[in-house]
Amino acid sequence: MSLLSVQGLCKSFGGLRAVDDVGFEVAGGAIKAVIGPNGAGKTTLFNLIFGSSVPDGGSVTFAGAHLSTGRPQRQVAAGMGRTFQQIRLFPQMTAIENVMVGAHTRGRAGFLASLLPLPRTRREERFLRDEALAALRFLGIDGLAGSEATQLAYGEQRAVELARALASKPRLLLLDEPAAGLNMRETVELGKLIRRIRESGVTVLLVEHDMGLVMGISDEIVVLCQGQKIAEGEPLAIQKNAEVVRAYLGDEDA
Amino acid sequence: MTRSRFLPLALLAAAVVLVQLIASAADKSQYLTQLTMAGYYSLPILGLTLLMGYAGQISIGHAGFFAIGGYVSGFLTTYNLAECSGHGWVRAAAGFGLLSAGQDAYGSPSLVVGAWPACSAALLVAAGVAYVIGKPVLRLKGHFLAMATLGFGTIVYRWVLGSSLLGAADGISDIPAFRLAPGLVVSGKAAVRVSNYYLAWGLVLVTLLLLGNLVRSRVGRALRAIHGAEEAATASGVDTQDTKLKMFVLSAVLAALGGVFLTHYNGGIGPSEASIMKSVRMVAIVAIGGMANLWGALIMGVLLNFLSLRGSFGSYDDAVFGGILLLIMLFSPQGLLRADLAERLVRLIPRREKGQPT
Repeated sequence: MSLLSVQGLCKSFGGLRAVDDVGFEVAGGAIKAVIGPNGAGKTTLFNLIFGSSVPDGGSVTFAGAHLSTGRPQRQVAAGMGRTFQQIRLFPQMTAIENVMVGAHTRGRAGFLASLLPLPRTRREERFLRDEALAALRFLGIDGLAGSEATQLAYGEQRAVELARALASKPRLLLLDEPAAGLNMRETVELGKLIRRIRESGVTVLLVEHDMGLVMGISDEIVVLCQGQKIAEGEPLAIQKNAEVVRAYLGDEDA
Repeated sequence: MTRSRFLPLALLAAAVVLVQLIASAADKSQYLTQLTMAGYYSLPILGLTLLMGYAGQISIGHAGFFAIGGYVSGFLTTYNLAECSGHGWVRAAAGFGLLSAGQDAYGSPSLVVGAWPACSAALLVAAGVAYVIGKPVLRLKGHFLAMATLGFGTIVYRWVLGSSLLGAADGISDIPAFRLAPGLVVSGKAAVRVSNYYLAWGLVLVTLLLLGNLVRSRVGRALRAIHGAEEAATASGVDTQDTKLKMFVLSAVLAALGGVFLTHYNGGIGPSEASIMKSVRMVAIVAIGGMANLWGALIMGVLLNFLSLRGSFGSYDDAVFGGILLLIMLFSPQGLLRADLAERLVRLIPRREKGQPT
């Protein structure tokens, strides 16, 4: 039974068909990657799945429920988390505050409860802080909890963003080029980390350019080219797929 | 952590008492009147600090909400219903104890809405208007939002100025005192000057305490997240439109609360309270206070409003606030009362020394 089912998704910008009839399944507990040359429509596909962009056609089914589009906060509540290609941390907030925003959907205190320090509000606040700290600890950066997030080193900022996405306790984590800007050693660490995330019960769907990382950790790969799915399969099969090789390298030999 | 939070509040409470004791002892208790008014003017500023400084949503129309509060409460407590006392809805309102019968200045019977129901109605109207205006307008960003709220402020101003029911250019006068509780009356009479001073500053303290709670809460973090990176806030599950709208309504209700109390305290309200310059003044004070700084906004607001009310700026009153806004944006967009103020002052000294010829 697949956790995420994408069927016939289409999205055009003006005359450009950014995503053209793309469909695939992500099995629960899997690590699946979406690859493709620049401009293949990977990030657009992510935005459609996450609901921050409305598709022209097609559907996204998550955990058996059809997802409404254009309201990403519902997707988060339903169990989806994401990171961004360009890091988007909240400035003038500490790392732990950033991650506590990530746990937003796990709290309930509204304006009234937040104005008045009710015992229930305080209990919830402690719970959110503990959960955020646990997410930071999972990534081994709990020592940075009190630092202003946007002042941290690049790799640390990536980790905080990942902790923020994990703090919502997602069933499916969407990672948009998580290795962008990381050096080789950091990328290897990231690969191990993504495996650990999967072992903790989170299904992972990632868009990534770093082929070493993708081939090393993915159970399955979807290849996009000019908005269309040109291949799908296990890493070894994808590496040998003639059409994929042509899309990446042109008509030369691989 | 909590100790450090309550210390400034305790210091402020002590300062409030100290100022009263000194002013009364020195026979300068007229200062208390202006400080009472400055206290009421602080309420819209504190709400706007959260809306602008924390949530990052500008409003150049908050004097409109202040005026809605004052005008609704002022109108309801002065409009004589005696002649239509036969109407079913007037009788029903009287039956619910919402009306207050008495005599007007000429000795004829008067029947007006009581102060408590009028005040509640004023806050509800402000909240309702803020909801209806905010829902479409808060989808806008940056200067589009600024212009839309400016438009709202202009409408309120021209409306109260043009409405004969609301006294047009003269506004509403002879607004009765607001009897809050036995022995506690919102009124500008010299006999109750001290109790009104404490009432105003009690409200300011409670507002500071509640908004301080909000800033440190789940909602407060969501507001700051919206300000910092709205898309990432959405991706974290924050309903950004809903949160912005509720913050807008809360700030409008606080503005209306200040309007209600100041109107009953002054015994009247005029259209100048709704003018655009009053909204600009609030924005200028939030900016000079450091944007996301409740204490900075409070201190600068009380200081500038007190000086303005004492007439220190003369006929250049509005020019002073316009000038402040200009200078702050040019030289210190972070405001004057920044957390690192001392640090910056220290840094200025060696720089000057280096600049000197040796």
